[in-house]
Amino acid sequence: MNVLELIDLSVTYRTERGEVPAVRGVNLTIAPGETVGLAGESGCGKSTIASAVLRLLPASTVVTGDVLLNGENVYSMSPGRLRAVRWNDAAIVFQGALHSLNPVQRVGAQISEAIELHTTLNQAEARRRVIDLLERVGLPSERARSYPHQLSGGQRQRVLIALALACEPTLLIADEPTTALDVMVQAQVLELLAELQRDRGLALLFITHDLSVITSTCERLAVMYAGRIVEDGPSHDVFGNPAHPYARALTQAFPTIGDHDSRMNPGGLAGDPPNPADLPTGCPFHPRCDVAIDECVTTDVGLRQVFLGRSAACVHVASTEVDR
Amino acid sequence: MSRPPRWTGDSVTGSPRPVLSIRNAHVTFSSRRRNSAAVRAVDGVSLDVLPGEVVALVGESGCGKTTLIRSVVGLEPLSAGSIECDGNNVTGARASLRKVRRSAQMIFQDPSGALNPRHTVYETVAEGIRIHKMRGVEPELVADALSRAGLRPPAQFMPRYSHELSGGQRQRVLIAGAIALNPRVLLADEPVASLDASIRGEILALMRSLVDNEGISIVAVTHDLGLAWNIADRIAVMYLGRIVEVGNAEQVLSHPQHPYTKALLSVVPETARVEQQILVGETPDPSKIPAGCRFHPRCPVVASGEAERLGILRRCTGVDVELVLRGSNHSAACHALP
Repeated sequence: MNVLELIDLSVTYRTERGEVPAVRGVNLTIAPGETVGLAGESGCGKSTIASAVLRLLPASTVVTGDVLLNGENVYSMSPGRLRAVRWNDAAIVFQGALHSLNPVQRVGAQISEAIELHTTLNQAEARRRVIDLLERVGLPSERARSYPHQLSGGQRQRVLIALALACEPTLLIADEPTTALDVMVQAQVLELLAELQRDRGLALLFITHDLSVITSTCERLAVMYAGRIVEDGPSHDVFGNPAHPYARALTQAFPTIGDHDSRMNPGGLAGDPPNPADLPTGCPFHPRCDVAIDECVTTDVGLRQVFLGRSAACVHVASTEVDR
Repeated sequence: MSRPPRWTGDSVTGSPRPVLSIRNAHVTFSSRRRNSAAVRAVDGVSLDVLPGEVVALVGESGCGKTTLIRSVVGLEPLSAGSIECDGNNVTGARASLRKVRRSAQMIFQDPSGALNPRHTVYETVAEGIRIHKMRGVEPELVADALSRAGLRPPAQFMPRYSHELSGGQRQRVLIAGAIALNPRVLLADEPVASLDASIRGEILALMRSLVDNEGISIVAVTHDLGLAWNIADRIAVMYLGRIVEVGNAEQVLSHPQHPYTKALLSVVPETARVEQQILVGETPDPSKIPAGCRFHPRCPVVASGEAERLGILRRCTGVDVELVLRGSNHSAACHALP
């Protein structure tokens, strides 16, 4: 059974200015122990997916399609069951470690609170678990008595990871976990996530705009644009040989040091990401696409198979629709 | 506008007069608490920036790279050393600092935070022109700056507020405000760190074109080595307030000499990779700079026992180390180098 299954998931925010479709029909599965990266620019809907998995969106939001967590539909759970599933089955490491912790509570107390509320452990057992967790993420146990402001950015990020692991979930969703961090600290955090995934069979959904981080962490990569997945496949294949023109532009945005094509020649993509409330007709990428043809203005093609295990939503990919 | 000759980077003698010259700069913050040590954020940095070159200043947070460029425009007072920009001394008289503040322009990170939400694009760009009493017709100067920053047609952008702009456009407005004053040097603090991946390339291309077409020099502070590879002529790697390696960007990035530079390069996430050297511990504390080589507590050469085998361990832990020329236009500060 898959740890996570998103079936034709759509999320529409209701705002004063009208409806904003943030996620438009996403299909994604994560097997136990699998690591999947979700990449895209701001506003593409990737963080909305993270919140949608645990029903953390505002009540006015319209969610259609199914979210199956270990086979159980999250959107038909009773409030009590939902509460039990959060933390225990799936946990989220949010972006911005600086703002996610309570500034007036010691970090150890913040972790043990989650444990006491979500497991049957008593206070003393919970405390032992906290020490254990901190050591596992590479922090000395005395750090439990620190307040967030006494920790560096990397240490705070480790605390958030320890917090997410507090109730031993089977799925960890990490939303831009290293974006605010230095290269060296980023490398430390990525290594920690890889280690946890290896040792504990944790499934990981890694959300970031930085494709190069995903390729070094995840087996599979899904690239999102304007609320849809436009390319999906093994991360090294997608990064090394992208089929969708948007995925190609994203990979070129991160130069490979030593690659003489990118020396003094920064790659990128002209234009800005589309406004989700006012998407272009046809394929939403066509105004920025350098290989767009007339058909792209009117028709939005779905994901098509490039070869087994690899799909892209582009008219230039030979037209075998992906069977879902 | 006349175009100064491009510096090729291999001539030590006969190179053109630097547009920015930093000599043994120190910036020290004293602690308010008694008995606690002063923070030596910049601890003896010398760097020349030539006309029409991009220098990338890289290092971890807390290494002093941002403090250094802030001190160029007098935002941080120098406790020792000197900085000269386009012939004017930063620590000199008020008039001289004022001249520096025209010829060297800061571009701060996070364009959303750096723009006044109640100013239109026109007002934002015109502000500096008014302060420095630039000669010319104001609307023309603003229009010219906007179009040089790639906001064309400029009239379309002038009445807009920052919330009506995309992230990339905001960054261009900041750049327009800076180049409106015809500066010799742009000091850019993490110019693309807060931008989306696709926009990053465009902004870097704009920066490079300002250098190539107008002869502006750029000092880009960043922790992104890919940025250096994309646009920099030279790279200076900072660690705890000092430059530990400096030279031609291609040479430093392809053949790093200092163990710190090697470690930084090894953790750049990429598909094809060398063996990672993840340095343990947090970014070091500039109020407790270690004796000897300041990198020795985290140095892989020391940790692996290689320093002891080479018989230099006592120098690593006891003797401070200076930058030594390792080739034409490439210097590094390490006892382990022959």
